[in-house]
Amino acid sequence: MQAFEWEKPVLELEARIGELKQFIHSEEMDFSQEIKTLERKAATLRKEIYENLTPFQRVTMARHPKRPTTLDYISLLFDEFVEFHGDRSYRDDQAIVGGVALFEGRPVTVVGPQKGRDTKDNIARNFGLPHPEGYRKALRLMKQAEKFGRPIITLIDVVGAYPGIEAEERGQGLVIAQCIEEMSFLKTPILSIITGEGGSGGALALGVGDRILMLENAWYSVISPEMCATILWRDSSRAAEAADLLRLTPTDLLKFGIIDDVITEPLGGAHRDHVTTGLQIRSFMRRYLATIMKKPIDQLIEERLARFRQIGTFNEKSLAEL
Amino acid sequence: MLNVFRGKPKYVTVRPQEEPERKDFPDNLWTRCDSCGKMIFTKELEKEAFLCASCGHHFRISARKRLAMLTETANFEAFPPLVAADPIGFPGYTEKIKQAQEQTGLDDAVLIGKATIQGSCCILGIIDFSFIGGSMGSVMGEQLVRGFEKALQEELPVVIFSGGGGGARMHEGIFSLMQMAKTAQAVGKHSRAGLLFVSVLTHPTMGGIYASFASLGDIILAEPGALIGFAGPRIVEETTRQKLPAGFQTAEYALKHGMIDAIVSRSQMLSYVGRLLAWHR
Repeated sequence: MQAFEWEKPVLELEARIGELKQFIHSEEMDFSQEIKTLERKAATLRKEIYENLTPFQRVTMARHPKRPTTLDYISLLFDEFVEFHGDRSYRDDQAIVGGVALFEGRPVTVVGPQKGRDTKDNIARNFGLPHPEGYRKALRLMKQAEKFGRPIITLIDVVGAYPGIEAEERGQGLVIAQCIEEMSFLKTPILSIITGEGGSGGALALGVGDRILMLENAWYSVISPEMCATILWRDSSRAAEAADLLRLTPTDLLKFGIIDDVITEPLGGAHRDHVTTGLQIRSFMRRYLATIMKKPIDQLIEERLARFRQIGTFNEKSLAEL
Repeated sequence: MLNVFRGKPKYVTVRPQEEPERKDFPDNLWTRCDSCGKMIFTKELEKEAFLCASCGHHFRISARKRLAMLTETANFEAFPPLVAADPIGFPGYTEKIKQAQEQTGLDDAVLIGKATIQGSCCILGIIDFSFIGGSMGSVMGEQLVRGFEKALQEELPVVIFSGGGGGARMHEGIFSLMQMAKTAQAVGKHSRAGLLFVSVLTHPTMGGIYASFASLGDIILAEPGALIGFAGPRIVEETTRQKLPAGFQTAEYALKHGMIDAIVSRSQMLSYVGRLLAWHR
């Protein structure tokens, strides 16, 4: 498993404990005292390191190659799933997946950007960077959900909408605007979960939920730290500094009232324990779905609009008064 | 963007040997055309709606100048001003705002109010590129939303001249991203009441502005040559490592690909918009 420089002390210690355990097994010698001490030490170290991550360390966690992808989450969260394809207009964009799933016996529509799990998959999925037809597919499926009165779950993990020639030709900006606008008025409950990367408009296009939740090691920002660093200092390698400035962590976003809750991950990140992560998300989903499904739909839409309406800070002053 | 796609494009830039000779003229008496290089008498340029007489190039103009081309001062009732706060404590943002205010005399990047255009009452918004690239932060978002709300209340059409190079204003972080949702929703409410929104894209309309309210017009117009798109051309080039097609992301390109309704020259804009408003009265 890929390790980050800053978590190496933990991983090395864990490896040593593993070796000792093996040794006991083969040599029938008693190292249980030593192991206990080391395990206590590892637990402290884990807490120390993983509970004090810098914003950019969280960004790198969100990008961990072994982190669950949207399809992984779908199999962790739902009992059954059928995938539906295509935007009925141009092609099937595999950088966004969607379909109908059963959540604890209830049919729901689920959509989300999908990163590849290996190189071949990544090429097919354009490294998880959707084209306009991907967003059109998502919108089509969300409207289908509205028609059949199914709640919508959007799982968001995307660096950004693809900045390509054809993507521009087919209206990348336009389709993002349409997704945002139409989602806002859909007559069905929407739960959005940012599971990994929440990169700008490409993430917001699927993020207009009645409740917006975020995993502990996910980020959500108007611009990626790399791009921000490029603009500020013409140097994308200073992304860590930019990540500090952008206030893109769940803790900050919760404080700003942009998101409703933070879903804790297993210590060390979702990639270390997919199953526990899935169970954790499930319990949040159960709770928040129940809340929004209880409300009359007109009230829900009114609240959805009001939520975004009040976002923004400014002074009611003129230039002369300042 | 992803590091995977980063790296230098594999071609060299060749600077033309002979740059046209630069001449200095006192007091901006003359202006050089960015497109054909011709020198134009500034007074003449002002009279011609800031269009180059020889090549038709549309010079970038301030919101105030554009306002003057569309309506008389007496027919424009500006909204109460709003001034940017610093929601995420971004270093240097407050100074940047102050500087932009001093340079432009505007409170923020949008000039908005109730206007009468050729006899039709409407809400008119104009984005000024010279105010931090015409980027959208909380102030622009709020002003535009107030515009659509007032228009909804009074059953008025809305006309917005967009033109923001950067789209969302990075210095306000997530708050600027959320203005995309906020403005798109305001358009949606106004639109669902059966009211008209004419979106005019001027050079350049990119990023978060293009990917929100500006794309949601019932009628989308553009000025000739205006850059229109989601990702900036440099990002597209760096990501795809492909040579960009000629005229990529221009208004003409957008028209050809079916993304806008029509290209309207600045000299025709007033009568064109005036006619649209009259037909929807």
